[in-house]
Amino acid sequence: MVNDKSIFTINDFSIYYGNFKAVNNIKLPIEANKITAIIGPSGCGKTTLLRSLNRMNDLITTSRVEGQVLFQGVDIYHKDTDVIELRRRVGMVFQKPNPFPSSVYENVAYGPKLKGIKKKSQLDEIVENALVRADLWKEVRDKLNESGLSLSGGQMQRLCIARSLAQEPEVILFDEPTSALDPISTANIENLLQQLQKTVTIIIVTHNMQQAARISEYTAFMYLGEMIEFGETDTIFVNPHNKLTEEYITGRFG
Amino acid sequence: MNQVLSFWLVQNLSGNNTLTLLLKRTEEGFPTSGNDRERVFTLKWQTKEKAVEFVVSSIGLVSVIVLLLIGFFLFKEAFQIFYKAGALQVIFGSAWYPTYDPPSFGMWPLIMGTLAVTLITAIMAIPLGLGTAVYIAEVANHRVKEFLKPLIEMLASFPSVVLAFFGMVVIAPILSNWLSPILSEKLPELLKSTNIPFISTTLADFCYDKLFIASGLNISTAALMLMVRAIPVISSIAEDALTAVPRTYREASYSLGADKWETIWKVVIPASVSGLSVAVILGIGTIIGETMIVLMVAGGAAVVPHWIFDAARPMPAAIAAEMAEAPYQSLHYHALFGVGAILFLITFVLSLISDFISKKYRAVRIGEKV
Repeated sequence: MVNDKSIFTINDFSIYYGNFKAVNNIKLPIEANKITAIIGPSGCGKTTLLRSLNRMNDLITTSRVEGQVLFQGVDIYHKDTDVIELRRRVGMVFQKPNPFPSSVYENVAYGPKLKGIKKKSQLDEIVENALVRADLWKEVRDKLNESGLSLSGGQMQRLCIARSLAQEPEVILFDEPTSALDPISTANIENLLQQLQKTVTIIIVTHNMQQAARISEYTAFMYLGEMIEFGETDTIFVNPHNKLTEEYITGRFG
Repeated sequence: MNQVLSFWLVQNLSGNNTLTLLLKRTEEGFPTSGNDRERVFTLKWQTKEKAVEFVVSSIGLVSVIVLLLIGFFLFKEAFQIFYKAGALQVIFGSAWYPTYDPPSFGMWPLIMGTLAVTLITAIMAIPLGLGTAVYIAEVANHRVKEFLKPLIEMLASFPSVVLAFFGMVVIAPILSNWLSPILSEKLPELLKSTNIPFISTTLADFCYDKLFIASGLNISTAALMLMVRAIPVISSIAEDALTAVPRTYREASYSLGADKWETIWKVVIPASVSGLSVAVILGIGTIIGETMIVLMVAGGAAVVPHWIFDAARPMPAAIAAEMAEAPYQSLHYHALFGVGAILFLITFVLSLISDFISKKYRAVRIGEKV
């Protein structure tokens, strides 16, 4: 399945926290402009794997990796890799909506300002664009100067997506983005992800198997740090090859 | 203290059989009609609740009343001097000669003494205190942090009289015997020998005139000692404020391609600005109220200081030095209470400001304001 369309290629990749091996020898291709879901029970290493793709795991001082993660053919753990540049190109949206305690506008403009864009007109355009893409513009166009924290949970999460989109990333990593949201907000986010995949590659970690089945093209099932099965979502859910996968998706454990 | 006591009271007054019985009965449905036994239990329970409430609120009231009484006494005693000698003449009068005949009670030199010492200390202590806090909270690794944090908090409990004594017998002689000759003799000579216009003339003269330290007991030495007092206050409060910034803000910032300094500067510091302001204000409050250091090290001259090596007599120093010799109910006695009242008002305004800032940023934190 490793082919030209792969934006990420994960090769024999392991992650340690101290002496604990959280992710064991994983191989995984991620196809560009598709949604790939990673499912598995709590503690199986799926979030750890996700966070290693834009090197957010570097923030945990005890973590270390073995193996290779190729992003567009370049090893992101090579010593010459510019981590800042990597994180601009591979954005992230977290489990709990985490807007900064500043205005909606400032939240979205944060990344572009870091890049050194200062011109008001240019920033305005980027902010509007990102909010439109995150399907939030209509709701917040009149309150761009109000606090990002005054929005509803679902709106906050879309604000976080807009904040990431303002960087024009090629990939966005979603770490259980709807686990803190109500069903309607969840549906909104899922629709949004399906629109976004035309322009952005999406990797989503989720506890919700129906969510994976609904929105993703490919699904990876992880268990105890191992990649048990990876394939097209339809295959994984309808006709899994591995017994563990079958037991998990039918709810016999996890 | 109040909390501990009320906790004890709640434990002992309501944690008994009556409550347990009552709770058992409520499970079966609360009694609505005439069972006397149950009514007695209910009544007893409510009475105890009221008793706890009464005791706890009385304890709270006592501290408020004591504070009000002290405030009342302070202003009552201070009123006399402002009434008899005229408030403006007292506050802006430039001569503090309390034991002359006739005496003069111009507090301006004392007020300016306090302001000068506070200003010089603040210029040194605020950046150092906040810098220390940022280092401990954001930069230092775990082991350094575990070592530095208690050390700095220990510095706060250092007796100020020892600090003042150290300033008096160690720092002051170093300034006047060692630093002064270098700055006001050797340095001008060196500058003159360069023969560069301005540097060999104006700058050399400036060093010769201004960097001569007549006495080591001056506002700069006092400020240096006060800085040691203020830094632990500022840095420990500021460090708590920085640590309280949620990890999720930092993660968001890093994931958007910010580096460590950008994250500290653009996310962590703005998010903790209320705590940092409170740290600074409480630090300044500590400096203003600090007595022993300014009494022993600031030089004691009741004149408005014009330069950083001048001596001064800040307000707390004047009160501490003179209260013992001022006859009871004399004008001097009232004048010292007047100084105390002004001091109190300054620190009161500072704590009001810190309260205002906390409230304002609480609204930002929960998203009511930007």
